[in-house]
Amino acid sequence: MSKLTMSKAINEGLRHCLETDPKTLIMGEDVGKLGGVFRVTDGLQKDFGEDRVIDTPLAESGIVGTAIGLALRGYRPIVEIQFDGFVYPAFDQIVTQLAKMHARALGHVKMPITIRIPYAGGIGAVEHHSESHEAYFAHTAGLRVVTPSNPDDAYWMLRQSVESDDPVIFLEPKARYWDKAEISAAPALDLHTAKVVRSGTDLTLLAYGPMVKVCLEVAAAAEEDGRHLEVVDLRSLSPVDFDTLEASVKRTGRAVVVHEAPVFMGMGAELAARLTERCFYHLEAPVLRVGGYHAPYPPSRVEEQYLPDLDRVLDAVDRALAY
Amino acid sequence: MTVKSTARARKKAAPGVPDNLHAGKDAPAELIQLLTPEGERVENPDYPLVIEADELRSLYRDLVLVRRFDAEATALQRQGELGLWASLLGQEAAQVGSGRAMRENDYAFPTYREHGVAWCRGVDPLNLLGMFRGVNHGGWDPNEKNFHLYTIVIGSQTLHATGYAMGITKDSAEDAVIAYFGDGASSQGDVNEAFTFASVYNAPVVFFCQNNQWAISEPTTNQTKIPLYRRASGFGFPGVRVDGNDVLACLAVTRWALDRARNGGGPVLIEAFTYRMGAHTTSDDPTRYRAAEETESWRAKDPISRLKAHLEREGLADEDFFAAIDAESETLGLRVREGVRSMPDPDPTLIFDHVYAEPHALVTEERAEYVAYAESFEGGE
Ligand SMILES: Cc1ncc(C[n+]2csc(CCOP(=O)(O)OP(=O)(O)O)c2C)c(N)n1
Ligand SMILES: [Mg+2]
Repeated sequence: MSKLTMSKAINEGLRHCLETDPKTLIMGEDVGKLGGVFRVTDGLQKDFGEDRVIDTPLAESGIVGTAIGLALRGYRPIVEIQFDGFVYPAFDQIVTQLAKMHARALGHVKMPITIRIPYAGGIGAVEHHSESHEAYFAHTAGLRVVTPSNPDDAYWMLRQSVESDDPVIFLEPKARYWDKAEISAAPALDLHTAKVVRSGTDLTLLAYGPMVKVCLEVAAAAEEDGRHLEVVDLRSLSPVDFDTLEASVKRTGRAVVVHEAPVFMGMGAELAARLTERCFYHLEAPVLRVGGYHAPYPPSRVEEQYLPDLDRVLDAVDRALAY
Repeated sequence: MTVKSTARARKKAAPGVPDNLHAGKDAPAELIQLLTPEGERVENPDYPLVIEADELRSLYRDLVLVRRFDAEATALQRQGELGLWASLLGQEAAQVGSGRAMRENDYAFPTYREHGVAWCRGVDPLNLLGMFRGVNHGGWDPNEKNFHLYTIVIGSQTLHATGYAMGITKDSAEDAVIAYFGDGASSQGDVNEAFTFASVYNAPVVFFCQNNQWAISEPTTNQTKIPLYRRASGFGFPGVRVDGNDVLACLAVTRWALDRARNGGGPVLIEAFTYRMGAHTTSDDPTRYRAAEETESWRAKDPISRLKAHLEREGLADEDFFAAIDAESETLGLRVREGVRSMPDPDPTLIFDHVYAEPHALVTEERAEYVAYAESFEGGE
């Protein structure tokens, strides 16, 4: 495939699903004629019809709740939530129904539902359009949670998510929708495997979604100062591929976790705890975390100061290396 | 497993619903109108309106100024001064009519588009622009003018309005509340729960739904099979459909509903049948989903020209009056433009402001960390 933006890559992934599996459906607000507010579903209703690409009433609880019913009837719904901040009306259906259905039915019913959510910030938006809520979902047993950082992963991980017989929360880093890259002919990894995206020896940067790009920039900048940073893209937040993380941190002896979500009770807390357990005798420094503050996502004119950037990550790298 | 065709089910018409009652149909019979698109006054015995020339002129002034403010905000977004703007173009009468029906102690709970209501409540228009510029998430004290903060998550505020109204009942006060929401929002669980609570507790709340025919790209027919105002009857309170481009009808019907509510009559649902003349927001491109002819057909029902026609045909305003309003609207535009351009970027420590009412150790710690970190750059490099 030629070079695609992330939004087009997901669009192609969705198209593939609709073409190959007649049980797949797309449901969401404005996903039809408009093609979604980010144009991720552009052209799909035109090509697959209103019965497969469905502009639903404006009710997120309704969308996810009926997707559960459709799944019970043998369908494979792919749900779009328009923005991160609008998933909460559906939170009950996701957390108390969707996540638990398979276990409650002793495995007799499957919930192959993919919930796509554009998330995270950096696009100068108003309230509720920039949040990173991955921890809520990762905290919920029964949900798989993944997030691509680039177009190639977006394409293949979307396909793998739809193929999964479990509910998958598919978090799309909206600030990366316009990044372009080549899509490979076959997936390099399975859905829940992390990837070392840059090798280094001095410290491991652990990131996912929108922050992978930032960490790669950090590693390039650090290289100029003679520091060799390794960057691992988690890709999957539940389950986490701790083996890949552990191997990296054992090599480098130091780790810094970077995410946009607030640090307190965030993914970084879990990663730091597990890595400390697994790599205790290899660690030269505590696992440090860089992320959002314990505050609502701020107005866009100060989001730059809120979001982890090159300087803030480098600052943490310095601190970790100083041990 | 056999799977029944969803296509077949979808194509079956809703039983028992005559076609002319489907939402989205033009000006159905039950529409309350006091001023025709041509500016002719019509009487409705259920909603009598005695109105002096002065008040008519001041309604006209509000409509024009609100539209001017809105146009300025759209222009400011185009110039990069605002990140986003949700225009009220076409909905001026629904907002000014209902906003002017309120008494001082009544309380309004808006969506993100009620700039005209804010104006009627006396909120400084510049205050509305902070969140669209990205310097705050609201920026006004809701209790100062009894105008709550804009709520972006659609439908949520209808429950807040209902709870506020329940408080009014508990206080044995004679105030009333008005909750704004859109045709799209009418599908949300929160809105339907608000209807239920308001009905069960006989709360003095008026649900004011601006059916502007669109929820971003979705027509109202995606949300409902019956006219929205009829939903009320299932919840046990009256519903009224009013011509949302007729400021007099909106004023009279809302006044009636608020008075009924404050006198213990309970909730009312008003569906203001109107049209979103512009894009959903400045980020939207309506050419992707709706026909230009539709928008054109609504232009003939413009809320401002019809009141102007009325004032002219009745000889209630002369050239000088209209010229003075135009001049005033230019002054407003200028004030808004200059006010926005000189709005300072906030200090980043605002991130930590007001997160809690009482001190919180983590916020205190993170603020100190942030300040120390920011200071480490000062004087350096
Ligand atoms: C819970 C929730 N879901 C989705 C959105 C995104 N969104 C913002 S406005 C809008 C359409 C609302 O339509 P309507 O209620 O008719 O109000 P209008 O914009 O026409 O005034 C949508 C889907 C949101 N703000 N909140
Ligand atoms: Mg609408």
